[in-house]
Amino acid sequence: MLSNCRALDLTDEKGFLCGKILADLGADVIKVEKPGGDSARNRGPFWHDIPEPEKSLYWFAYNSNKRGITLNIADIEGGDIFKALVKNADFVLESYHPGYLDSVDLGYSAIREINPGIIMVSITPFGQVGPYKDYVASDMIAMAMSGLLYQTGQPDGPPVNISLPQACLHAGADAAVGALIAYYHRGATGKGQHVDVSMQQSTAYFSANAIPFWELSRTILKRTGHFRSGVSTATLQRQVWQCKDGFIFFVLIPGKTGGKAYKALLEWMGSEGISIEDIEKIDWENADMATITQETIDRMIIPIQRFFLLYTKKELLEGALARNISLCPLSSMSDLLNDRQLGSRNFWVEIEHPELGTAITYPREFVKSSEVSCRTRSRAPMIGEHNKEIYEEIGISNAQLISLKEARII
Amino acid sequence: MKSVENGVFSGIRILSFAWAVVGPLTMKYFADYGATVVRIESSTYLDANRINAPMKEGKSGFNRSGYYNYYNANLYSMTLNMSHPKAIDIIKRLVAKADVVMENFSAGVMEKWGLDYEGLKKIRPDIIMLRQSGFGSSGPYARLPAFGMTLAGITGIPNFIGWPDSLPLPVGVAAYTDCICPRFATTALIAALDYRNKTGKGQVLDLSQFETGLYFILPAILDYMANAREPSRVGNTCSSAAPHNVYRCRGDDRWCAIAVVTNEQWKSFCKVIGNDKLIHDPKYRTLLARKKNEDELDAIIGAWANDITPEEVMEKMQSVGVPAGVVKNSADIYDDPQLRYRGLLWPLHHPEVGSFTHLGRAFQLSETPAQARMPSPCLGEHTAYICTEFLNMPDEEFVQLTNEGVFE
Repeated sequence: MLSNCRALDLTDEKGFLCGKILADLGADVIKVEKPGGDSARNRGPFWHDIPEPEKSLYWFAYNSNKRGITLNIADIEGGDIFKALVKNADFVLESYHPGYLDSVDLGYSAIREINPGIIMVSITPFGQVGPYKDYVASDMIAMAMSGLLYQTGQPDGPPVNISLPQACLHAGADAAVGALIAYYHRGATGKGQHVDVSMQQSTAYFSANAIPFWELSRTILKRTGHFRSGVSTATLQRQVWQCKDGFIFFVLIPGKTGGKAYKALLEWMGSEGISIEDIEKIDWENADMATITQETIDRMIIPIQRFFLLYTKKELLEGALARNISLCPLSSMSDLLNDRQLGSRNFWVEIEHPELGTAITYPREFVKSSEVSCRTRSRAPMIGEHNKEIYEEIGISNAQLISLKEARII
Repeated sequence: MKSVENGVFSGIRILSFAWAVVGPLTMKYFADYGATVVRIESSTYLDANRINAPMKEGKSGFNRSGYYNYYNANLYSMTLNMSHPKAIDIIKRLVAKADVVMENFSAGVMEKWGLDYEGLKKIRPDIIMLRQSGFGSSGPYARLPAFGMTLAGITGIPNFIGWPDSLPLPVGVAAYTDCICPRFATTALIAALDYRNKTGKGQVLDLSQFETGLYFILPAILDYMANAREPSRVGNTCSSAAPHNVYRCRGDDRWCAIAVVTNEQWKSFCKVIGNDKLIHDPKYRTLLARKKNEDELDAIIGAWANDITPEEVMEKMQSVGVPAGVVKNSADIYDDPQLRYRGLLWPLHHPEVGSFTHLGRAFQLSETPAQARMPSPCLGEHTAYICTEFLNMPDEEFVQLTNEGVFE
């Protein structure tokens, strides 16, 4: 859909997902790496556990569908080349510390001079403005400052981080949204703008009902382990349940939707000889979340847990599908690869990596469009893979490319 | 009509059946930038968040839920009892005036009403339909009701939370996938609006919360595909940084996160904790040494942090360029100077609950910032307005339909 767009992607891992989303939607996204390759190529995991810059699976994951060039933008000549590329670009994506691009004369005010329609998208831990803008952070620090970390973990233990970077993905996806809002605006007015995205803010954007809980009842929602807090004012609900061969996720949601599932589950339990006498009279469909007690919820949990332990996660999912009960297994990776829902939607696609002599399985697309395919087409670029074709466009000859290479500018 | 004075999407009309959190988070990206987004709701089938805690003053009421009111600023609410025989006709008239129809029901609901893409296209050929149910609109699970909690489970994300020797844990905010799919869906919808402007063609966009959730663990998926490695949990550690953990500080359940990545940061860190001799201690002087003796190192830091507040730890570390941050709880987020400065929260006056803090900006656009226009709607607050504005419905017809219970 965005086939007429071009983005110059200067980001490191903080911003990869932004360009990836634009590329999947059809934009020509050019990853601009420093000579020798982006530092995020040193991030694992690696293909066959070989720690080399052309084998980073982290790099592969979020840079597919992009092209790649090398350029030292801090060099005077490199800066000029970058400016020449900006003339034909719609977006510049970057994740440097606030102020860095200004210091090399490539900040928003400088590139706007060259191309007034340019949309600059900046992705940093805390954003371009505000009292924390100069703070430094890793992904975990942004998770801490967003509130997500505090609520994750066991009640008697420390807050625990997600073992894969997440704040950068919330920010990267938000950055793609911001970039396209700005793009839509430019379509009507011709004017570009600066999109300022913060990992802290994008991650804090979703905190379920933690903020209203604090405002309305001065209650801080805390870590609740395998339970879920905040459904009612004073109760905890189990969300992770043990089954015969692993774990399933199931929540007693009040109201019409959850009420139906609750009834269907009780019928299922009854048909398998589990005693439901004690809980079948609970009118879950009309339960009042302002007054429901923990004792009632605990009473429901015991027979349900007993029931789940009799079955495997696969058996429970199949039974839930037959009865419309909102229950899901905790998937392993092999479960995902063999999942029949993903299979029926052709979610997986093999992408060739000729240099590795193999293909790797990727997700095909994040959206199915009835008009335009948004699929994963090509693997992430190798270091400087598209230097020749892209630099040719702006009139740099092969001989000049050699000079630039020798001068470590590309 | 295409004036952008009132926002980037001014003039765009979105009719939305989308609900819970995924719905409003998607709608907000459009409404905050000027689109007219109308939520179709009903007192006969309430949005689950209208009955979820917390309630203002602890008293239940459709318009009193803080959960609902937090997420729905700038949206219009029209009530329509979809099981009333006359409701479908009203919807079809609204579709004729809309650019976009949005929904996130399990598959089958829109089809039942004749409002799947084929049905919508007959009413308005260039309509754009955005679907984002739990599992997508096709496939064997398509009709299974799903929630963010269960979807987070099926993505496998909890396998990455906890310690190597402990059970997997859910993300603390539970419905984690609720905030993932809306971003992907919004980018696709803006691209589709642009595509329609250029080609005149509408389309249907089909997303699955399950599938988009997998994009948040993509490196681990490739690790399995290439190396056959199943997920593992590493607590708060990081293979390329040490120390890298949260440390208990002074106060009740107060913690500060610290991440030392470079040798430069290590030196500064040691000076801040007043323990210069650690810098060159063979047990800690290199990354590999620190990783090897991480538990002992954590104990030293824990002893130091225990007597000071997390804010002091953060400020001391940040003043010398060491990444550190308070593990903020909801009260901290509510008062966070950075997030306040950037407008994450919008204090607005709500007609029924009074002053109430709504979710505000996700990011800053220099020329066209998101604007708070309206508080979250009361149930059906805009029914009459929409009937007039979209449909030019005569008063007599409106009264007649109201009496027949169509707008319940």
